[in-house]
Amino acid sequence: MSSLAVRKTVPAAGTTPGTAQGPPLRRRIALIPTLTLVVGALYCLLPVAWVAIAATKSGTELFSTFTFLPGTGFADNVAELSAYRDGVYWTWMGNSALYAGLGALLSTAVSAISGYALAIYRFRGRETVFGVLMAGVLMPPVILAVPQYLLLAKADLTDSYASVLLPLILSPYGIYLARIYAAAAVPSDVVEAGRMDGAGELRIFTRIALPMMVPGLVTVFLFQFVAVWNNFMLPYIMLSDDEKFPITLGLYTLLEQGANTPALYTLVITGALLAVLPLIALFLVIQRFWSLDLLSGAVKSSP
Amino acid sequence: MPNTPHGRLLRWSATAVSVALGATALTACGSSDGGDSETASGPASLTYWTWTPGMDKVVDLWNAGPGKKQQIKVTVKKQASGDTLVTKILTAHKAGKAPDLVQAEYQALPTLVSNDALADISGEVDGIKGKFADGVWQQTTLGSDAVYAVPQDSGPMMFYYREDLFKQYGLEVPATWDEFAETARALKRKAPDKALTTFSANDSGLFAGLAQQAGAKWWTTEGEKWKVGIDDASTQKVADFWGGLVEEGAIDNQPMYTPAWNKALNTGKQIAWVSAVWAPGTLTTAAPDTKEKWAMAPLPQWNKGEQSTGSWGGSSTAVTTDSEHQAAAAKFAAWLNTDPKALAALAKEGGIYPAATTAQTSDAFAQPPAFFANQPDFYTRAAEIAETTAPSAWGPNVNVAYTSFKDAFAKAAKDKSDFGAALTTMQNSTVDDLEKQGFEVAE
Repeated sequence: MSSLAVRKTVPAAGTTPGTAQGPPLRRRIALIPTLTLVVGALYCLLPVAWVAIAATKSGTELFSTFTFLPGTGFADNVAELSAYRDGVYWTWMGNSALYAGLGALLSTAVSAISGYALAIYRFRGRETVFGVLMAGVLMPPVILAVPQYLLLAKADLTDSYASVLLPLILSPYGIYLARIYAAAAVPSDVVEAGRMDGAGELRIFTRIALPMMVPGLVTVFLFQFVAVWNNFMLPYIMLSDDEKFPITLGLYTLLEQGANTPALYTLVITGALLAVLPLIALFLVIQRFWSLDLLSGAVKSSP
Repeated sequence: MPNTPHGRLLRWSATAVSVALGATALTACGSSDGGDSETASGPASLTYWTWTPGMDKVVDLWNAGPGKKQQIKVTVKKQASGDTLVTKILTAHKAGKAPDLVQAEYQALPTLVSNDALADISGEVDGIKGKFADGVWQQTTLGSDAVYAVPQDSGPMMFYYREDLFKQYGLEVPATWDEFAETARALKRKAPDKALTTFSANDSGLFAGLAQQAGAKWWTTEGEKWKVGIDDASTQKVADFWGGLVEEGAIDNQPMYTPAWNKALNTGKQIAWVSAVWAPGTLTTAAPDTKEKWAMAPLPQWNKGEQSTGSWGGSSTAVTTDSEHQAAAAKFAAWLNTDPKALAALAKEGGIYPAATTAQTSDAFAQPPAFFANQPDFYTRAAEIAETTAPSAWGPNVNVAYTSFKDAFAKAAKDKSDFGAALTTMQNSTVDDLEKQGFEVAE
């Protein structure tokens, strides 16, 4: 005991033994994490700040004025972006909203019911199914894009909204999360109690288990939404009609216009800034669902 | 497919390449047996993958005019340019769903052809060969009797310099590369904080163009085998020249197309640029404050009195083997790139520099680009330069060579070390990749 206490005071006591070793030590410890976090925050936020500021610059200001000096062209940039090819940017935005919104919703629904089933029911092959899903989690979606394209081509579904939506619906990671969450959040006692009261399995799932799983499903939805919103490879391979492009692909075509045409930097930067806003809004709106805790007291009040 | 050794070689290796390229794909089958699915033109609806801005407006002209008469309707699907598009075309081709027409950069043609993705349209485009410079046309035939594409735009290389600053520092426009080096040194003496230009290891196309001007032929065929000449004497000469300039500090070693580079051009820290005919567009956005201060001259030559240039960029219109209306598609491709009305629209809407020689001196190019209003004969001189384009020789793995160039030369430029060693690296990785893909490579 005593040796431990002595060792603990040694670093701080180096110069003035016995006096006020506590506070300086604690302050030093707090300083390092704080600094690390500040550096981390700067590392993440500086590029965002760059995009926000660069979006306000006109074409002539973009590369000629000081990097973090706001420009004067934001309204013009937005107007120009909206006017580009009769507002195709907003078509892309709408497409992204459709792919991400509907895709995440469908995939959350599938994840919820599969995760619940894997967590609650005991059936032959359950662990095998789960094992296969785990393997799916490890598989980067990029690798799957080409085979998925070839499969959908056989069904004549390429270059359609369905070609982007269908592969998104089954998300191994979403199912994995839903299973973990269902196992923790839905006590088997509650399910048992539901059965005793004469509720059917579907009713137990929709009325009892689903509300308990909401915070977990919100997480799944958010993950999926962000993943689809930022997805590039799958729509890139699937779609050739630029009226169906999501925002990521659209901005890429603005950037890669061929060697003899300069990239439309101001449009791309403004477009990128506007494209993050829905994500930020979504996080702010949905954040409060995370704090919901349906777990507490569930077991005690139900029997 | 043609019956030349070259053609057989390409067909023989088609499967190998497509498997390598589609390593992620599940299907093992390589190429479809297209090529014979020729159909007469008639009512046809064609799709066209292109990245040229405003191409939809040019195609509208076709759909309202000749296309309507021949009942051939073309629909544009705008794509992003670059190597990724080649992969996308090959993936679609594997599923038999490639569009009827694709835009392809010249250096991508061998890759597409060796995967059997492009149809031989020599029968349909007979007689338009004379409308293009030999060096440009030859890129679409891959040295065989077949024709795999119709040239659309070209990027003859030129030398751009700040006229005002050249005068201020008493510099002459270099006619040879030796003079170019002297000019760079002279500028360093007079204004040590400035540089004539930079060597950018980011732009493989630029280096390829410079090597092409020097007479390099990076990919050739020898019987049934490919021969890679990336480290041939001509390219060595080019690499040593630029490596020497970087090493002695006569020019900058920072990459192009960065904000810092834009700034250097805009503020006159770099006062010249080895580029191509499309440079005015780039300068307009990169260096907006330098309007009408630039001038264009032919690329410096290796020997006094010679006249030769390379090309940087440029693309063609090709018909795929997946198309059910290859003849109709070829008709459109020929119209798009030779009809005066189409070419005028391409220049106006797409801002391209046409490959067709008559178009280079047409009304659309009577006026210089706005950024070069001080040089009224800009396009007249450009057309003269374009005619001197040296032939180029592309192979089926240009993308690998280009990636290797970026890696090896970026390091060499940064360390100001031996460019010759970097060139050897590039040669070796290109040969290794060809062999890995199942091609036979001649030593």
